[in-house]
Amino acid sequence: MDAPTPQTEPMPTITYGPPIAMLAEVTHRCPLSCPYCSNPLELTKRDGELSTEIWVDVFRQAAELGVLQMHLSGGEPASRRDLEDMITACRDHDLYSNLITSGIGLTEKRMVELKKRGLDHVQLSLQGVDAEMADLIGGYKGGYSRKMQVAEWTTALDLPLTLNAVVHEKNIDRLPEMIDLAVAMGARRLEVATVQFHGWADKNRAALMPTREQAKLCGQRVAEARERLKGVLVIDYVPADHHADYPKPCMGGWGSTGLNVVPDGRVMPCHAAHTIPHLVFDNVKDRPLADIWEHSSAFNAYRGFDWMPEPCRSCDRKTRDFGGCRCQAMALTGDAAATDPVCIKSPMHAQLQAMAQADAEGDGELTYRTMPT
Amino acid sequence: MIPETGVPRLLSGCRTKHDKVRGNWVLLAPERAIKLDDIGAAILAETDGTRSLGAILDALATKYNAPRDQISGDVITFLESLRDRRMLEVA
Repeated sequence: MDAPTPQTEPMPTITYGPPIAMLAEVTHRCPLSCPYCSNPLELTKRDGELSTEIWVDVFRQAAELGVLQMHLSGGEPASRRDLEDMITACRDHDLYSNLITSGIGLTEKRMVELKKRGLDHVQLSLQGVDAEMADLIGGYKGGYSRKMQVAEWTTALDLPLTLNAVVHEKNIDRLPEMIDLAVAMGARRLEVATVQFHGWADKNRAALMPTREQAKLCGQRVAEARERLKGVLVIDYVPADHHADYPKPCMGGWGSTGLNVVPDGRVMPCHAAHTIPHLVFDNVKDRPLADIWEHSSAFNAYRGFDWMPEPCRSCDRKTRDFGGCRCQAMALTGDAAATDPVCIKSPMHAQLQAMAQADAEGDGELTYRTMPT
Repeated sequence: MIPETGVPRLLSGCRTKHDKVRGNWVLLAPERAIKLDDIGAAILAETDGTRSLGAILDALATKYNAPRDQISGDVITFLESLRDRRMLEVA
């Protein structure tokens, strides 16, 4: 049978319920200068950040809207001296609080206080398995040893610890050591996330793009470790999609499960949505969060399936991958509604793979990002 | 397999909550929010970190007027799935 025409095809609709998770990017300030930073090229300065009172009210609104998990991120959230008050607000509204941190800016005293205020979980970033690699990537001398200390305080306080490792050309081959380190540190979870080329990371494609062979080996090693460490360490894995045939189900579908509030109060459907120039983002300073979730043009731009061009529109995978990543489509084709070039059905697929291969063979210098004050 | 004398306990950072917005129970854990059906919620309501699996099965069988040997398989499978995902331990 021929594929149905777009006009007559019954369109499945994404019934977007309330958001499950919110990413609160409470600051862009960060002591590290990782070359794969996915934050915007233009960062919000300290005086442009939302006040404590506004964040606390946004957390209340988020809980009322149906958010269950509050991820406090940045930049480095510990750069905010009112982090403790934010954790209190999460607990007051029965939100599960997750501190996503490099560890820099945390002291033992602060960790004890955060636990007392009701912090639920710590996610610590890992730039490498030794000080040499980690401090090279983070661009912060002494960062690694501080991080190890934070991990010790975390587990000593009986807070669950997740390590988040962004893997790329320069560290992906050391995955087995990362896994051993996670177990030795008493982490319950390890996130192995292959570098994504959003924001600043795009400047470092040649320095960071893993080869196809590296990516494949990484996947095999994750599968083996998951089996071996069942009940010891949970491993979440974000594969290298530039070397894949189908796109990732980005955000579980645009505007369907999560929202992101950036330091100046704008609300975005995903972390990188600012890279799509025609989107207009509403601000929590102007409109209630529930109103933004439901009516914001940025959230409605790629919800459901109606926006899809062919070949996505008639593709039976669309309910699984939701057309992939809009920001990636924007970056690689100049059209945010285009088929994600990672997909084998995209006319850009061959070009993307050739580019990924060329970047993987390239060995550029790392370009570190600089921070606002 | 979890023995009847084993005492299951949710790990720190894992807790249940009634989700008023959606009208169901959820298990909140690191990077996970798991919707609980009535059975899952009933099991975790009895999992208090002090009682053994055997005592939990007794309580569920009485409370829901269900044959104990019929429910034990489901209860163990459920608790083991949480243990595999590092949300629960058995002392």
